[in-house]
Amino acid sequence: MEQTHIQKEQTKYIIECLIFASEVPLTIEKIKDVLEETSKKELKELVKELIEDYHKLERGIFIREVAHGYQFCTKPEYAHLIQKFRKSKPYHLTQPTLETLAIVAYKQPVTKAEVELVRGVDCTGVLKSLLEKKLIAFQGRKDVMGRPFLYGTTSRFLEVFGLTDLSSLPSIEEIKQLKEPDFPQCEQDTQ
Amino acid sequence: MDYKVKLDIFEGPLDLLLYLIRKNEVDIYDIPIALITEQYLAYLDLMTVLNLDIAGEFLVMAATLAKIKSKMLLPPSIDSEEGEEEADPRAELMEHLLEYQKYKEVADQLKNRELLEKDIFTRIQVEEDIPELDKNSTMIEASLFDLVDALRTVIARKDLPGNLMEVAVEKISVRDKIGEILATVKKNQQIIFQSLFDGLSTRYEIIVAFLALLELIRLRAIKVFQVHPHGEIRIIALEREVRIDTILH
Repeated sequence: MEQTHIQKEQTKYIIECLIFASEVPLTIEKIKDVLEETSKKELKELVKELIEDYHKLERGIFIREVAHGYQFCTKPEYAHLIQKFRKSKPYHLTQPTLETLAIVAYKQPVTKAEVELVRGVDCTGVLKSLLEKKLIAFQGRKDVMGRPFLYGTTSRFLEVFGLTDLSSLPSIEEIKQLKEPDFPQCEQDTQ
Repeated sequence: MDYKVKLDIFEGPLDLLLYLIRKNEVDIYDIPIALITEQYLAYLDLMTVLNLDIAGEFLVMAATLAKIKSKMLLPPSIDSEEGEEEADPRAELMEHLLEYQKYKEVADQLKNRELLEKDIFTRIQVEEDIPELDKNSTMIEASLFDLVDALRTVIARKDLPGNLMEVAVEKISVRDKIGEILATVKKNQQIIFQSLFDGLSTRYEIIVAFLALLELIRLRAIKVFQVHPHGEIRIIALEREVRIDTILH
């Protein structure tokens, strides 16, 4: 019994190494490729434990579940210092960019014309900048006249916004519910 | 009535309409068309006064609003004996606004998340590998426009010193560069445009490399293309013998 416990711990450490060594969020499938003996269910449990361990340790880094996988990252409270160190510029995401991204995320695969229909404005530039940022990508062409390009979000999108998968976006119903209490609030303001 | 106009930059007519609805604290399900239309047009006037370009979409919306307003003035037709309710002329606009508002809401939520490279950092990721070309991938020939655009990105990324005089000790000629690029492309099957400029630190070197590339395209020794529009520009060698010594004489 004790033996299996040690083995389990060791498997956990290997998973830790794999997540660390991976350049992109590491999926359970990829872990399984290395640790063939362990079942996916067990692997998932161990990853969960590992995340918990880091949480308990209160270190500068933690493991997050993102883009169908797991990834080491720094805690938000130290962001300004890491920005200073990296000399990196965060994504400049303007309101139109975010709106367009939201539409692509929910309606994908979607054409430029369909995006423009929702926003009521030309979206050529915004889509191009999203493509350059690799937040969206081409997903083939739509089989209609003119064969327009279809756009969809990338796994980079999930990573940047810290989403596990597309289903972790709020559902359309949820958004509607969020919107409802907005109006009474307005009335209160006037009183 | 005194309008106090705060000039937010409106992304489009829907954005402006939503703003007006919120400002007037009216129900989006029961838009007072006359009021909103009046204010909407006042905004367009203001934009004209301020010499801002009014995009066509704003005018289309103005026409739509005017149409809805006039429809609402007409008495409901008495044809429908079965008491069928006539469609609200505002319905289409309302739905459109609601949908747009929904995505605006999502956009706000996205903005408020902890963002990578802003709040959260991971280890630096190296550039993704260029995916192998398969027979199914389309090749879109890169236009001169694309090339110049890509060159601009390269120069911007290099962060070259502004007005410093460049003293090049040993200047490489376009001809030498042609040979070099050709050799690299042939050796690697395909290379990406950006990699041509790796390790080049002066504007002179970059321009020489670019000119060499253009010359090679002209000679049809290489092909520059993208798999997706605006995608990574790739370079492949064409099966064609080019005698470098005959170039540029």
